[in-house]
Amino acid sequence: MKTGFYPGCSMKGSAREYSESLLAVARELGRELPEVPDWNCCGATAAHNIDTDLALALPARILAAAEKDGMNEVLVPCAACYSRLSVTRHELLDDEALRNKISGLVEADYQGTAKVVNIIEWLASIPDLEAWVKKPFAHRVACYYGCLLVRPPGVVKFDRPEEPQSMDLLLKKMGAEPIDWAFKTECCGAGFSVSRTDLVAKLSGLILEDAVSRGAEAVIVACPMCHLNLDMRRPQIEKQVGKKINIPVIYITQALGLAMGIPARKLGLQRHKVAVKLSPRTAES
Amino acid sequence: MRSDTDIQQDGKVLSDRVLEKTGVAVARCYQCGKCSAGCPLASEMDFPPSQIMHLLQLGDFPEMAEKALRSHTIWLCLTCEICYARCPMEIDIPKVMDALRHESLAQKKVNPKARGILAFHRAFLDSVRYTGRLFEMGQVIDYKLRSGHFLQDLLQAPWMFFVGKLHLLPERIRDRRLLGRIFARIAKTRENRP
Ligand code: SF4
Ligand code: SF4
Repeated sequence: MKTGFYPGCSMKGSAREYSESLLAVARELGRELPEVPDWNCCGATAAHNIDTDLALALPARILAAAEKDGMNEVLVPCAACYSRLSVTRHELLDDEALRNKISGLVEADYQGTAKVVNIIEWLASIPDLEAWVKKPFAHRVACYYGCLLVRPPGVVKFDRPEEPQSMDLLLKKMGAEPIDWAFKTECCGAGFSVSRTDLVAKLSGLILEDAVSRGAEAVIVACPMCHLNLDMRRPQIEKQVGKKINIPVIYITQALGLAMGIPARKLGLQRHKVAVKLSPRTAES
Repeated sequence: MRSDTDIQQDGKVLSDRVLEKTGVAVARCYQCGKCSAGCPLASEMDFPPSQIMHLLQLGDFPEMAEKALRSHTIWLCLTCEICYARCPMEIDIPKVMDALRHESLAQKKVNPKARGILAFHRAFLDSVRYTGRLFEMGQVIDYKLRSGHFLQDLLQAPWMFFVGKLHLLPERIRDRRLLGRIFARIAKTRENRP
């Protein structure tokens, strides 16, 4: 079983702490995560907004490269990239003529053998994760799934689209206390971070306010876009809601890393816009 | 009424062309409004998603299809997939939005309010075409030149650079020629499309 790693562009740039924390955790767990050879950008929102063939061709080239390298599955921690790769695999496996056409475009014979796996699935597949927890992450957390981990259900076939539980279960294993809240799968404004920051501030503001009002100490995310909007766009969010919001936004791999006793710097926690200050407490308090 | 060439390409109304391109039959929509109720940006849209479905259903009247193609909605749609996940008829609305955006672009009917969003997408794809990846800084500069929004975000850049999130040079993939060929092939097929 060979698991490849598709970082995608943001994990190399604005979300580098997601990559740092994932690789630190994987090293500790003794899991190898070789990158998909010479991977390209998945095309993100831009490609499918402009052209369907392009939106399928870019992920198809990535998946074909993984397949050629003998990878049985590809871990795609960015939820947005995960969506584009999953949609492409789904559509090309569904339609042979389309698969041949796109294979021709990318000069590869794409078969669809490599499975596309998100970060929650990958972490959940590690046996006895609890056994690795040295310093329980004993905090009240709001697990934020966002849109693309669970939707569209017919494509991702993962968890349930309303009120999902998989991330909550993982956080429980880390010693955290996940809260019930209303914005688990609402949208943060996604790719509008630069072009319509006003809308991102509005949507992300609603998400953070709900998490805070229900007593969460941190929001846990599994997507660089969600992190960018909830963390880096905090000044715009605060302007929008007219008050200060201090709740930190933490990648699931950072929370796991902390629970495994990996130093915060190795998990890139110093790179956040909103300082990650969590007061120590016991699980009972 | 059926002579409007823009609306009636190949003698087909817009909803038929959408069906052909996406396999999604908007005729199945019974206007329950669930999509619009859950849509995070319905309040910002000129037509919420259920109304876009209705405009397409009325596509025998060219002015209805025209409204859909010229709407702000199709560019505001975030592809968050909430509508699709909740639609009792399992209508893939985000896919319809994609098809409408493509027609709107091809027919040069992009809503003027969506120019910034489109400039962003184009700057993004240019980066991918030439480097194989997204070069965040290059893209933001390119976007600013296209959209004229120079000042916004400028204050963020030094901080991002400081915490090591912004690179001054792009990462490039090895097989950029293949990427060039893929983009060129797609541009060619697009020219040949009606
Ligand atoms: S949810 Fe589906 S059936 Fe209901 S209005 Fe929207 S598209 Fe039509
Ligand atoms: S996919 Fe688009 S139309 Fe559907 S709910 Fe999301 S933003 Fe609204």
